Amino acid sequence: MTTLSGAFFGVIRRDLSIAMRHRGDLLNPLFFFLIVVTLVPLSISPEPARLAAMAPGMIWISALLATLLALDNLFQDDFTDGSLVQLMLSPQPLWLLVLAKIIAHWLVTGLPVVLFSPLLGLMLSLPEEGFAPLLLGLVLGTAVFSLLGAVGAALTVALHKGSVLLSLLVMPLYVPVLIFGTSAVQRAVDGMSYGGVMAMLAAASAFSLLVAPFAAAGALKVGING
Amino acid sequence: MSSQSLLEFQALTFERDDWPLFNGLSGTINAGEILQITGPNGCGKTTLLHILATIQPFNTGSLCWLGSDISLCRQQYLSAIAFIGHKPGLKLSLTPRENLQWLAQLQPLTRCTSAEALVRIGLAGFEDVPCHTLSAGQLRRAALATLCMTQASLWLLDEPLTALDVQGIADLEALLLAHAAQGGAVVLSSHQALINPVVRTLALDAMAEAEL
Amino acid sequence: MWQWFHKLGSPRWFYQISGKFLPWLALASMVLIVTGVVWGLAFAPEDARQGNSFRIIYIHVPASFLALAGYYVMAAAGAVGMIWKMKLADMVMVAAAPLGAALTFIALFTGAVWGKPTWGTYWIWDARITSMLVLLFLYIGIIALSRSFSTRETSTRACAILALVGTVNIPIIYKSVDWWYTLHQPATIKLTGAPSMHPDMFKPLLVMILGFYCFYALVLLLNTRTEILLREGRATWVKELAQPK
Repeated sequence: MTTLSGAFFGVIRRDLSIAMRHRGDLLNPLFFFLIVVTLVPLSISPEPARLAAMAPGMIWISALLATLLALDNLFQDDFTDGSLVQLMLSPQPLWLLVLAKIIAHWLVTGLPVVLFSPLLGLMLSLPEEGFAPLLLGLVLGTAVFSLLGAVGAALTVALHKGSVLLSLLVMPLYVPVLIFGTSAVQRAVDGMSYGGVMAMLAAASAFSLLVAPFAAAGALKVGING
Repeated sequence: MSSQSLLEFQALTFERDDWPLFNGLSGTINAGEILQITGPNGCGKTTLLHILATIQPFNTGSLCWLGSDISLCRQQYLSAIAFIGHKPGLKLSLTPRENLQWLAQLQPLTRCTSAEALVRIGLAGFEDVPCHTLSAGQLRRAALATLCMTQASLWLLDEPLTALDVQGIADLEALLLAHAAQGGAVVLSSHQALINPVVRTLALDAMAEAEL
Repeated sequence: MWQWFHKLGSPRWFYQISGKFLPWLALASMVLIVTGVVWGLAFAPEDARQGNSFRIIYIHVPASFLALAGYYVMAAAGAVGMIWKMKLADMVMVAAAPLGAALTFIALFTGAVWGKPTWGTYWIWDARITSMLVLLFLYIGIIALSRSFSTRETSTRACAILALVGTVNIPIIYKSVDWWYTLHQPATIKLTGAPSMHPDMFKPLLVMILGFYCFYALVLLLNTRTEILLREGRATWVKELAQPK
């Protein structure tokens, strides 16, 4: 018989090995992230003081867009080749398998963006105090982006040209994370404590972790019949 | 061979935007039976298979597995069925072996190992090449390899003959017969007639009120 | 109770019974809104600081109230439709989405018009206006999603799920935007609404809010009835309805 943990880790392992065979695709969101941030000094001002003022917001917005860009693929590929149906016909609880897919997806899209962000902080002259809350905040924030985004990705899985619609559906839901995330960095830069804001961000990701897998599993059951 | 009824559907109604595809479709699928769903394009063969596999919800009617309603025993039902859709369900960047191993972690595919299954289905030597290098017929065979491995008693196959050559069809039919002889049941949709005469057919006409 | 619930689920029964309510609702909303408008525009005292421009609150505030309430109505209907598979609730949900979006737009538009004389600009990133804008995006998402599916059943289920996820998020969004606003609030701009309001200004507002509630119910009923006819077009009772007498 299949086991719960076997199925859970099996899904993660398989999604990771698929991602490793398309390594080029892995880099795309990162380059997107980099290019968007490069546009900021070009379009506004290369002056370090002005850049530093915009840095937290710009990095967060580009991180949001980069993860959003990759969200499309969370279920779509599996739907197209039919393996999503096989996943859904597993006797194991679907929400758990969906969670496994979200984790694998975050590892290959969210985590690289997080790891890349200090470089962009440097490029945008983010003051030193801002780096720790930026990294920590992005870890929690990108997790929420993937978790809530999974619901939207599941709903639009069978739709052609679902990606613009997907952004439309999930971006309003990202508002609180963006607010908390940027203000944590801003507070650190201004020399204030950011523990409280970070706690709210942590609460938001814990809450998404509780709710999103179930909602996404339900959404998949609806979405595949597009 | 017993004639115990495995799956029973009664008065199934399925509407797509108020347009009834089925209106009161009833039938039973007994152990040891191969049921072929036939009918013209668009008559709802795939939809019926999706309904039987609980992928697609139906509007009214009932679906019972071993006498109890499917909503009460969905978990148990899912471990008793094997579904192969018209998409093979294989990741093209993975090898057939990896695909089957992944599937075996999700579904009860324990009768034999993926290596044995791939040999039996005629893919010996192709176990470890990426699926995107395989032909359409080979992909179909790789998908059908799960049938060698599965413990499921009810097989739901949507157009399983697609892309198979003569030998492939013969191999598949041998598999189906062996499964039926062991008390399993098969529901498949196909345009082509199977060579095998044991098959019972369910003809779906558009908006048919079929009764078995 | 159960039987009543079951009856309510029948679109035909609902269509017939709602037909009897319609004239009364129409009458009530007309009387209330006309009274509120005349009272608010002509008889309520002028605001000490804002002059006559404050009078737009008689539209702005009720519309904002219902814009948010409308989202909850939509989500609740979606949940009922999903859990009890009640067709009528699905139809109410579908009917509520464009109505709520329209009210949100009205709230935003009147807010902008009000902003010009008050703040000297049409748009300002005030907490309430920003939340209202996010709410409009949530509505737009639902409407866009509902138009993308090929079958109505799937579209309704999908919208219900999205509406529920949105409902869980709305309080968080509102709180976070409020908090964000207190961080960035410029000290010079401070607009106080209801708390400092004179009772003579407040009473017509109350009438307007009531009137808007009735009007909302009226339009929701009308939309739902249209949706019923659309979906039940093949039922005999609808065909009989269409026969000339």
